[in-house]
Formats: sequence, structure tokens, C-alpha cells
Amino acid sequence: MRNALGAIQSLLVLGGSSDIGAAIAERLVPGGCRRIVLAGRDQEKMERVAERLRGLGAEVAITAWDATDVDGHGDAVKAAWDALPGDGPGDVDAVVLAAGVLGDQEALEDDPAAAAQLAMVNYVGPVSTLLHVRRRLEEQGHGTIVVLSSVAGERIRRSNYVYGSTKAALDAFCQGLGDALQGTGVEVMVVRPGFVHTKMTEGRTAPPLATTPGAVADAVAAGLATGRHTVWVPGTFRWVMSVFRHLPRPLWRRLSARM
Amino acid sequence: MTTRPTDDRSGRTRGPGDARRELLSGWGRNPWSAAHVVRPTSPDELAMAVKSAGPRGAIVRGLGRSYGDQAINAGGLVVDATAVSGLLELDEEAGTARVLGGTSLKQLLHQIVPQGWFVQVTPGTSNVTVGGAIANDVHGKGHHATGTFGAHVHSMVLALPDGTRRVLTPTETPREFWATCGGLGLTGTVLEATIGLRRIETSLLKVDTDRVPDLDSLLALLLEGGRKYRYSVAWVDFLARGRSLGRAVVDQGDFATLDDLPAGDRRRRDPLAYRPLPSAPSLPVAPNSLLNRASIAAFNEFWYRKAPKRRRDHLTTIDKFWYPLDMVDSWPRMYGRRGFLQWQCLVPFGAEETLREIVEAIANHPAPSFLSVLKYFGQANPGPLSFPAPGWTLSIDVPTDVPGLAPLLDRLDERVVEVGGRIYLAKDSRMRPEHLPLMYPRIDEWREVRDELDPERRLNSDLARRLRLLG
Repeated sequence: MRNALGAIQSLLVLGGSSDIGAAIAERLVPGGCRRIVLAGRDQEKMERVAERLRGLGAEVAITAWDATDVDGHGDAVKAAWDALPGDGPGDVDAVVLAAGVLGDQEALEDDPAAAAQLAMVNYVGPVSTLLHVRRRLEEQGHGTIVVLSSVAGERIRRSNYVYGSTKAALDAFCQGLGDALQGTGVEVMVVRPGFVHTKMTEGRTAPPLATTPGAVADAVAAGLATGRHTVWVPGTFRWVMSVFRHLPRPLWRRLSARM
Repeated sequence: MTTRPTDDRSGRTRGPGDARRELLSGWGRNPWSAAHVVRPTSPDELAMAVKSAGPRGAIVRGLGRSYGDQAINAGGLVVDATAVSGLLELDEEAGTARVLGGTSLKQLLHQIVPQGWFVQVTPGTSNVTVGGAIANDVHGKGHHATGTFGAHVHSMVLALPDGTRRVLTPTETPREFWATCGGLGLTGTVLEATIGLRRIETSLLKVDTDRVPDLDSLLALLLEGGRKYRYSVAWVDFLARGRSLGRAVVDQGDFATLDDLPAGDRRRRDPLAYRPLPSAPSLPVAPNSLLNRASIAAFNEFWYRKAPKRRRDHLTTIDKFWYPLDMVDSWPRMYGRRGFLQWQCLVPFGAEETLREIVEAIANHPAPSFLSVLKYFGQANPGPLSFPAPGWTLSIDVPTDVPGLAPLLDRLDERVVEVGGRIYLAKDSRMRPEHLPLMYPRIDEWREVRDELDPERRLNSDLARRLRLLG
């Protein structure tokens, strides 16, 4: 159960091998989160994350979840719940959705099928999965869904608009989901980081306000503690993006091309 | 009276498998969870209510004055007992009242005070039900003299989760009786109880007030006063540091006798008058916590300065002495959207150094805390989960959105555990489960009795899940 100070006791990470998902789990263990399920595709990587978490004192289980396997999502979510370590069935206090791919914009423009696949992983799969998760949390009567969105979805840039559009869609979906869940005890927290140094962004030049998985994890923990519904990382982005959102398109095109 | 939150966070939705769910919290307005709520109107309905619980179980709720997640049950059933209320019998010979479990102390007092009776034990609010007072084994300003609420329960009728009824008394069924006193509603539903009362000659209290400048003089005054006064409590200013650390206002006294009323005092005509206070307008939910360090420091300073340095034999009313906060019933809303919590610890006698360290740690933390109460406890009772034991008890109220609060309170919990103290479960909303068996070493004894009374584990609460209370 989540306590009055927002500390949670159990966690499901969808995209359990992602750098940000792992960082969030690591950040929450010392605060009392001792039962963790990592769900994803790359068993080997998740096993490495699990070892780190066990070293911190958590019990960890690993289950399979493939964002693109829409038909399997109901079973995958059930399996994740059933796998929760500890005696008997337990509640999942928070679900972090940290799966996502960035893709190479130019390559995607030349390969429509690959672009559709990216939309599948970043948006379509999460929609289906979160609707299954939502049902479980509603039955529990409590829980927080933490979704990794991005500032890239806040104002679309020519240089990564396939990725940006999936995040824009996911972000919009989660806002609506949060509103739909009003009064059910289930909350949705949308996290909008800027550029994060991870394996997903490896080799790319970092723009200003770049951040780290650790900083994202800190912001998520603080957001859980205060019950926020929107978290920007770093927090400055809230103001920066509200300016960017209102720039005329010709100006934005020129400006964003330099970022 | 209603237990339902009436602000913007109380949404109603159609969830799977049930018709109506409500979002509920404890008095601290954090945490919240959704449950199906039923409101039985007769003792028979109340007795059977828990039986209809689904896999997530049921908990019975009174007036929702427990601070945390004691009377909420995410995804399960919450049985609102407040409609099953009333005084069944006042036995003036035995000095007892037989009341239904959902009766509030307020209701009861308005019936018995004019007849010259008062409850043996009352907490700092009259908006608690008798069932809730038993389930939390509440204490009040007189613990050193009278013990807890449970100590004055002569018998009770407990409905087990399967609907059968058991009569519990401390002499014939001590295990079940004491597992229920302080058992957080997890042993069954209190349908009715017969509780001991005390005779009073007037509805007024004769109070001595002292302002004390620091912690040492405070502890000395309380110990000395405990021998002399039946009721005693200190309001500590936790924002004062350095030499003023632990400065406080101490109120001590007892009910006034007829002889205590000055000749010619108009109150002599109707010395047992007890009229309901006009209720104050309910407060809106503050947009962000209005209670920050500056506003609370100003309040505490005012509270300390307005108190007389030394006043003797001051006559005051039941409501002013016992229930000052009941006048503004919706005061927790002042804490804003994120709510607040109360941390109440017990530090055994002999560990005064630890008590000082705790006071210092709180005073030096930016957490703004007001309404800090210090008093000392007398003997413990046989309840395995009963909170009071010989020692000091300190409670602080703090908004939950103060940065660094979680590590501070975790650290203080550890200090409390080291000296054999504990945290009051009726107030808790944040403790770590690993501390539970250290604070309540007889937890397994309680679990055994509990499982006998509720073998199918129909009773559950968010607190029970969070602290793994059922084992």
C-alpha cells in the first residue's frame, strides 16, 4: 500500500530493462518498495537489473511482456500480477511504463513499416497494456500509473517527429485515462523528461537541459510523494515548453532545427 | 453525521462487480482509496454486513477520526456503522451505559451529562464512535489515572465476520476481549457495549494552567501534576528552539464539584447544563497548505503568549477543555490537498534523553508542526495491540508535503524502537512494516486470537495490508 508520504511497497515496471525504468525501481527500494516485477522482452538485461535491485534488498520477479503483442497483453498483465513476490496475492502499488524506442528519423521516413512498428511499441502497445492495467488497479481500489512521456511530444520537432508524435499521442491518452480514473483511487502520473542520457540516446549530441535516468527517478519519487499528475524533468521544462508551445511555426522550425 | 468526504476528491464511479464506490480517507486526508460503502441501519444488518465482503474483505468504519488508513479498504467493502447508534440503557445503580457500537461520544454525552454522568475516558474529540474507541483502545488526558477506554468496557457484543454474535468480557473471555480492544476493527464488529461511567456534580472543569519555559520544567511539572490531578496535558511549541526547546502550556484539572462554583454564580442553577456548541461554518479545502512554518510559528507564539503564566481554579466547559478542535470540525482541510499526518510515539520512562533528542530533531527540522501534545501514561492494559504503557507520549501534526519528512520520521521510529517504545497505530499512516513486531512484540499472540475469530480472513484494511498486520 502507498503510505501518506507517497512511499510505495510494490512496483511493476513495464519495460523492465530500460535504463529509466531500472533507475526508478532502484530509487524506490530504499523508501520501502520491496516487491518488484520487471516485465519486458530482454530477459538477460532484466536479470542484470533484478540483481542490482536484490542487492538493495528487494524481492524481484521477471515476466515476459511484448509491447507489440496486443493479443497477449491481458495474459501478460495477469502474469505480472501473479508473479509479485511475497506470500499470496498482492497489490501492485505503482506501475511504471518505461518502454519506448527513439528510432532514426531519416531511416523511418524511408521505411514506413518501421515507422508503424515504432508507433506500435511507443503508443499502440502501451494503450492496450494500460487499459488492462487500469482494470486491475481499479479492482484494487488504489494505485498509480507512471508513464514516461517526453517533451518531444509537447511541441513536435521536424528532426524527430515520428517519435515525438507517438509520445504526444501517449501523453494525451494518459491525460484522458487519468481523468477517467478520477474517484477510483487510481492515479496517472505523466512524466515528461527532456533528453535523457541512456542507451536509447547513446551517440547523439545532447541538447541543453539534458538529464540522466537518476534525475528522472528522483523526479518520479518526488512526484509520487506529492501526488503530482505531471512531472517535468528537469522542472524548468514546464516553463520552457510553455513558451515553445506558443511560438509561431516558422520561428519554431528554425529554432528547433538548431536543437 | 457522515463519513463521506464532501470535497472534489469524492468521485463515484461504476467499478467492476459493484454498483457504487466511494473514495475514502482517514482524518489526515491522505492516503485515499476507493471502496464499496454500505450503511446498515439496524444491529442485525450491521452484524451481517461483513459477511457479504468479496475477496478484498471488509472493515467497519465509524466517524473516520483515525488519522490514516485504519478504516479504509481499497477495492473492498467499508461498513459505515454510524447509523446504528443510540443509548440503550443508563444503569444509574451500576454506573454504566449500554450503547450501540455506532454511537458517538457526543451523542452519548448530551444524554448522560445532564443526568450527572461522564465517560471514564474520552479522546480529544467527541466525534468518535464507541466501536471506534474500542477498536483503537483510545486514551485521553486522564490515562495516568484511568487507563484506556477499553479498561472501562464491562462487556461488549461482537459480531464475528460470519454473522454470529459473541459476548465478550474482560473476565470470561479475556483473550478475545483484549484482542478486540486496540484490534483496529480486525476481530469483528462491535454491535453494542456496556461502558463504565463516572459521577459528576457539574458539567464544568476546574483547571490550573501553567506556562513552562523549557522541556525539563515541563516533564517535572507533568510528573508532579499527575499525582495531584486526574486530567493533565501539555501543548508543546515545537517551533521554539534553543533555550526555549519544549516550552509549553500545561492544563491540569478535574471536574468541578458544586462547592467549587462560587456562591451566586448563575451556573449553580443548572450545574449539569450541556448544550451543543453552534457548529462553525465548514472550511473549504485550502488550495495549498495554508499551514506553513511562518503561519504555524505565529499561531504557536500566540497560543503560548495568550496562556496565563499561572492560573488556578479556572472554571471551563467540557467542550473547551476536552474538545477545542471540534468547534471547527473541518479543520484538516486547512492542510490543503495533500493532507497531514499525526506521528504519536511512546517513549518509556527512563529514556528521557531519547525524548529530548526527538523533540530536538523535530524542532530543528523545517517541518512545521503545531498542536503537539505531550503527556505521560500510567499502567498498560493486557491488550496485545494497546498503545499506552508507562512512559511519555508525544504527538505532532505535520502536513505531508514537507520535504524530508519520510526520512526524519523513519529515523525517529528507529530511536523509539531502540528504547522499547512504539508508534500509535490509530494515528499511523506511514510506518514501515518491519518496525511493527519490534513495537508490538505480542503481535503473534494477537494474530492467533484474530485468526480464531476470523478464520476466513474476511476482515481487512489498508493499514492491515500496509503493515502486514494479519501476518
